[in-house]
Amino acid sequence: MSANVGIVIVSHSPKVAEGAADMVRQMVGAEVPVAWTGGNPDGGLGTSVPAIMEAIDKAWSDAGVAILVDLGGAETNSEMAVEMLDEGRQSKVVICNAPIVEGAVIAAAEAASGASLADVKKTAEELSPQ
Amino acid sequence: MNEPTGTEATGSTLLTHSAGLHARPTLKLTMLAKTFAAKIELAVKPDGPWIDAKSVVRVMAMKAPKGSTLHFRASGDKAEEAVTKIVALVDRDFDEAAEGGKAGNV
Repeated sequence: MSANVGIVIVSHSPKVAEGAADMVRQMVGAEVPVAWTGGNPDGGLGTSVPAIMEAIDKAWSDAGVAILVDLGGAETNSEMAVEMLDEGRQSKVVICNAPIVEGAVIAAAEAASGASLADVKKTAEELSPQ
Repeated sequence: MNEPTGTEATGSTLLTHSAGLHARPTLKLTMLAKTFAAKIELAVKPDGPWIDAKSVVRVMAMKAPKGSTLHFRASGDKAEEAVTKIVALVDRDFDEAAEGGKAGNV
């Protein structure tokens, strides 16, 4: 298990989510756990709570997990997924208010330096207009 | 913590990367800077304004083009080594030659 904060990418589109994860791996490297999820079980656009929980598991780090989302349901389903985690894990997962692609890359770059979950979130959120 | 005053160092080099300080070079530079405890800043003019070299967002916002001279200054633990290594990274063209063909200007 990595000592660095993990990154989860949640998009309505599996292509967007996978593409963003590819950018993280190529631009930042493998020292940060990254998982992505997107699309509904029927192959359409959407997000799913169990799939988000699975992605959180995959990217899990004791340092925590930062989630990047795109629109509406991605955020509410991510919140729901966090609420369904064990209590001990809930406080170690945050949803970043940042653009999904740029936020994922920059959050991962910060995570790669061994930064805390709070710092990873703060850095990603510097991208959003204040 | 140990020494009351750290060391200070400065350095500068020419940015020759064809696309300037774009996304991937910026990430490499800031990730290298973050491996040092020292405060590290960069500027495109010798008298600033100085930008935190550990902030991807702020370094990208500089939009330093090819042909810029990048000035670095560092203070604190291993300041000299930090400046030397960062200047070397810029001089190696961010190690991108070896990655040729992998991607366009990102």
